[in-house]
Amino acid sequence: MQTETQSTDHAKTVDTICSFCGTGCGLRVTIEDNRITTVKGDKNNPVSHGETCIKGAMGWGYVNSDKRITTPLIRKNGELVEASWDEALDLIADRFGSIKEKYGPDAFGCFSSSRSTNELNYLAAKFMRTIIGTNNIDSCNRT
Amino acid sequence: MAVFGTGAATTSYEELEHTDLIIAWGSNTQECHPIIFNHMRRGIKNGAKMIVIDPRKIDQTKLAEKWLPVRVGTDIALANAMGHVIIKENLYHKEFVEQATEHFEAYKQAVEKYSPEEAEKITGIKAEDIREVARMYAKADRAIINWTLGITEHHNGTENVFALINLALLTGHIGKYGSGLNPLRGQNNVQGGGDMGALPNRLTGGWDFDDPEGTKLFEKVWGVPVPPKEGKHQSAMLDAMDKKEIRALYVIGENPVQSDANGNHVKSLFEGLDFLVVQDIIMTKTARMADVVLPGAASWIETDGTFTNGERRVQRVRQGLKPPGEARPDHVIVQDMANRMGANWNYSSAEDIWNEIRLVAPNFAGITYEKMDKFGGIQWPCRDADDSDRGVKYLHERLWSDTNEKKAPFHPVEYQAPIELPDEDYPFQLTTGRRLQFYNTGVQTQDYKKIKNAEEYLEICEADAKKLGLADGDIVKVSSRRGEVTVKTKISKKMSPGLVFMTFHFPELAETNVLTINAIDPKAGTAEFKSCAVRIEKVEQAAS
Repeated sequence: MQTETQSTDHAKTVDTICSFCGTGCGLRVTIEDNRITTVKGDKNNPVSHGETCIKGAMGWGYVNSDKRITTPLIRKNGELVEASWDEALDLIADRFGSIKEKYGPDAFGCFSSSRSTNELNYLAAKFMRTIIGTNNIDSCNRT
Repeated sequence: MAVFGTGAATTSYEELEHTDLIIAWGSNTQECHPIIFNHMRRGIKNGAKMIVIDPRKIDQTKLAEKWLPVRVGTDIALANAMGHVIIKENLYHKEFVEQATEHFEAYKQAVEKYSPEEAEKITGIKAEDIREVARMYAKADRAIINWTLGITEHHNGTENVFALINLALLTGHIGKYGSGLNPLRGQNNVQGGGDMGALPNRLTGGWDFDDPEGTKLFEKVWGVPVPPKEGKHQSAMLDAMDKKEIRALYVIGENPVQSDANGNHVKSLFEGLDFLVVQDIIMTKTARMADVVLPGAASWIETDGTFTNGERRVQRVRQGLKPPGEARPDHVIVQDMANRMGANWNYSSAEDIWNEIRLVAPNFAGITYEKMDKFGGIQWPCRDADDSDRGVKYLHERLWSDTNEKKAPFHPVEYQAPIELPDEDYPFQLTTGRRLQFYNTGVQTQDYKKIKNAEEYLEICEADAKKLGLADGDIVKVSSRRGEVTVKTKISKKMSPGLVFMTFHFPELAETNVLTINAIDPKAGTAEFKSCAVRIEKVEQAAS
């Protein structure tokens, strides 16, 4: 069924799911040199049988856009500046740690993402409940 | 849906092609869910009738047997009046009501005063049309009610949903193929976010946060107890930020400074935080306020994992691209954070994480990556990993069984007017929504090429435009008690007098949500995006 991905040295097709609304249409994406070249409906998908709307078929330009954030950023003297993952993660661990110590776990909140995967949402919930220790987490299912 | 103990559509999309009556209630399906609308279109071709209930004369009214132009925010009065007619005319499903439901008498009493004539005064819909649609729904062999944010984005959105569920219980249009309740999901993984326990009162798999059996299971798998205190939903978290109770916030792939009602207020709350971490793919307004920005991935093509769609189908997304630069898949980032804070998480793949989810969520236990690859997505509940368990097309079949012990309760609800009605100073009612080509705050859709109408405009009916001396393209200032924006005018046949419409796709051009009101549904925490009072003043003639 939809597992098939064919690849050559620099081109491949990948079957995945559209991220624009809750319908869950199947997309067949062609990729060359780590860039999307076409997006078409996946005929094998049981939801959409090859159909897509204009958003699904054409709305992927942002993925290849130069507006993407490509490094962690941390605020220094009021400005966001580029940082390494180690610096960013250390800063988070340090500040989260001291806020938790001073104000307790319920001084934290998380807005998780209805755009991201189940796996991300599960881990975000586990992070807030086990590492921070609060149930203050919500996904954007209300907006 | 609290009535049934699960928050999900009871039906599958394919059932829209095998039903007799399709009600689209507060759902501009054709523009917002075009592929679901294709299922509806095929259903109509197969003989189903469609009823559209919407304040605007949206395009799909052309395919409808009936269009009921309900006034914004008066849906409960309409639904209760339909219930009133169905009971008065003895059209309700007596055996089903008796066997499968409870609190019918309370419901009957509550809808008694909603005669179609009374409801006409509130909703603006003719009493005879209310009667006709009530009869059509009650007499149909199979019927599906579909809704979206037109129902839920109100201060009393939860009660709106109860009003619709009550109708399904009254007629038995639930728990059988071709009949049911279908909330259409606006974002790709709204269903999954909730299912996975990214909720203040639910754990992964739909367990209540304090369910004794559930918390025991989680403690076993996680090795630490679940926090005992119920959490706060988004709107309550914003209140807690206002009171300095919440001081640190972790925002993943969201843009609340722009997307929440009353945007100016939200911005000031974010400024007041001690520490803000934002994980996103593009520098949104929210990200620009952060202390740390973490570069995430486009979930559908730069990560492996799963999404769950509006018919409960868990489907695989597959990584085809490396995220740009130093960016990482979102679940990897959370693991990195946890481990930096002293945890020892060792998930080597998205599938590893999924297999842990299967341990704590019995409804997902039977859904494996292998099965999804083989069968193209599985609809929960699916409890058995064996290939023979392919999940469930529609929910609540048990309600039709003699041995069913869990009855579904009616929740009688009363009509309440929208919080802010038009008055002398702000004489128009503004309602908001999406347009076909665009999406939410435009983070993903501003970069379209070759698309027309890539700008915000205020839609207004001809009569109102005339009164204000407006022509197509004139620039107007739209103001509410909370803020103002400047946009172009578009005269539209979809609108009726007193009602104007904007989207929220183009915040850089017009920040619609500085106008909207942050009156909140106390049960669901949804803001009343769908209704606020505004004033319209001409600023500039259209360029000719």
